[in-house]
Amino acid sequence: MSLTQLPLLEQFVLLQAALVLFLSFGLLSQTRLLAAIHAFAWQGALIAAVTLTVAIAGHAHHLYFSALLTLALKAMLIPWMLHRLVRRLALERHTETLSHPALVSMAAVALVIFSYWVVVPIVAEELTFTRNIVAVSLAVVLIGLLMLVARQQAVAQVLGFMSMENGLFLAAVSATAGMPLVVELGVAFDVLVAMVLFGVFFFQIRDSIDSLDVDRLNRLTETEEETP
Amino acid sequence: MLSAWGMALLQALLYPALAPLLIGWVRKVKARLNNRRGASVLQPYRDLRKLLAKETRVAHTASPLFRLAPYVVFVATWLAAATVPLVARDLPTAQIADIIVLVGLLGLARFFLALAGMDVGTAFGGMGASREMMVSSLAEPAMLVAVFTLAMSAHSTSLSSVIGYHLADGFVVRPSYLFAFGALVLVALAESGRIPVDNPTTHLELTMIHEGMLLEYTGRHLALMELAAYLKLMLYGVLIANVFVPWGIGQAFAPAALALGLGAILLKLAVLGAALAVGETVVAKMRLFRAPAFLNLALLLALLGLLSHVILEVGA
Repeated sequence: MSLTQLPLLEQFVLLQAALVLFLSFGLLSQTRLLAAIHAFAWQGALIAAVTLTVAIAGHAHHLYFSALLTLALKAMLIPWMLHRLVRRLALERHTETLSHPALVSMAAVALVIFSYWVVVPIVAEELTFTRNIVAVSLAVVLIGLLMLVARQQAVAQVLGFMSMENGLFLAAVSATAGMPLVVELGVAFDVLVAMVLFGVFFFQIRDSIDSLDVDRLNRLTETEEETP
Repeated sequence: MLSAWGMALLQALLYPALAPLLIGWVRKVKARLNNRRGASVLQPYRDLRKLLAKETRVAHTASPLFRLAPYVVFVATWLAAATVPLVARDLPTAQIADIIVLVGLLGLARFFLALAGMDVGTAFGGMGASREMMVSSLAEPAMLVAVFTLAMSAHSTSLSSVIGYHLADGFVVRPSYLFAFGALVLVALAESGRIPVDNPTTHLELTMIHEGMLLEYTGRHLALMELAAYLKLMLYGVLIANVFVPWGIGQAFAPAALALGLGAILLKLAVLGAALAVGETVVAKMRLFRAPAFLNLALLLALLGLLSHVILEVGA
């Protein structure tokens, strides 16, 4: 079944999934924190749109609620909390210098190819139109992981972590037409609690090392201070 | 009813006839957006006539290559333009030369342009040539990957079959086309020297790329170089308009279909030109050292187009 035989609505789902992947790349290479938070919010909104379109196309009514929950949580509440945190930490104008931006994006491209290769045998079994999205969601998860590795700034790492969660949610929607409501609510509250904890943690890190650059945590050993 | 080759010839002549009009239109819209009245849309024609009438002087350090380059640049760009379907789709020129030949012809023109820039030995010419090569060496891979994305959907690298395939499919939302569109727009901006990469209106030595290579040219040589630059902008505009929004292009060589095709392409180019003018008014020119990041984005978009074609669009 190729793209041209799908109804228009299902083509839109694939388009939105591709845009989610693009936003992952945008998140990975964005050096300004506020712009990265906006990219994350757009990704959340797109995931909500994917869920909504799948719900309409597949007549899955319980997905309407998930779409609403995703929109409220990932596109509004969490970006707003991050925004407020960044303002309180006075990091609005902070720009991070990435060490090898082109190399990191090419690594992300390699991750996309890898996840496609991994997913091909699974995809061949399934018959729903969303099956192709599984590779995209795995790629979003892996790119989030790459962001955790490549970035030094704590807020950017949290964004990577949250976008990993976005990828997992996309996988759940595309592979199984959504999780049970109880699980979904549980995950949503987990994410929210994690966000609050991260907020507290940011202030702790900043108080102890005067910066949010987590690489400096490695240098802060007792022996180093005593040797000079 | 025209013969196919007659149509191809007529279309090839339409390109240089319309290209100055497109430039004039972009300049006019830009002037109106800046609250100026602006010159008439026919001003580029007058400029070209003036340059053609003027005496042609050549620096005494110039080699024969310097005299030869404007002709090579113009003819290569013109040939490249002749392979892009403008009014009618099924052209013999589009069948003997596919998109890869088009990229190659543009590369040939750029090669001679850069050589001519370095030939006289002035500092600005060499600087412009080096910058042009930097931009184009980054833009060309992005252009090729974007073109391959289109070719993979249509299973052909010929432009007329790509357009024909797209027309036969009707309205299909393709993620790969969206990404290829983004990549081609960025490449077109960089290659035709428009604002985020190069500013076509100034001769400020710190920033100029294309103008730097033309500083030593006068008279008809300059006219040919300018016309080639106009042609290049129009070529990219037509390429983007007819590949991504092919509706309206003439399917047969009948007068009614051709008139419709001409009207459609004029409308599309007017919209694209206005969009370019708005974009150039809103966006500031970026530093030269940020151009690689800009073109990396184009390459990334093109690669994502290729990947999303393979992952999302091909049935397993």
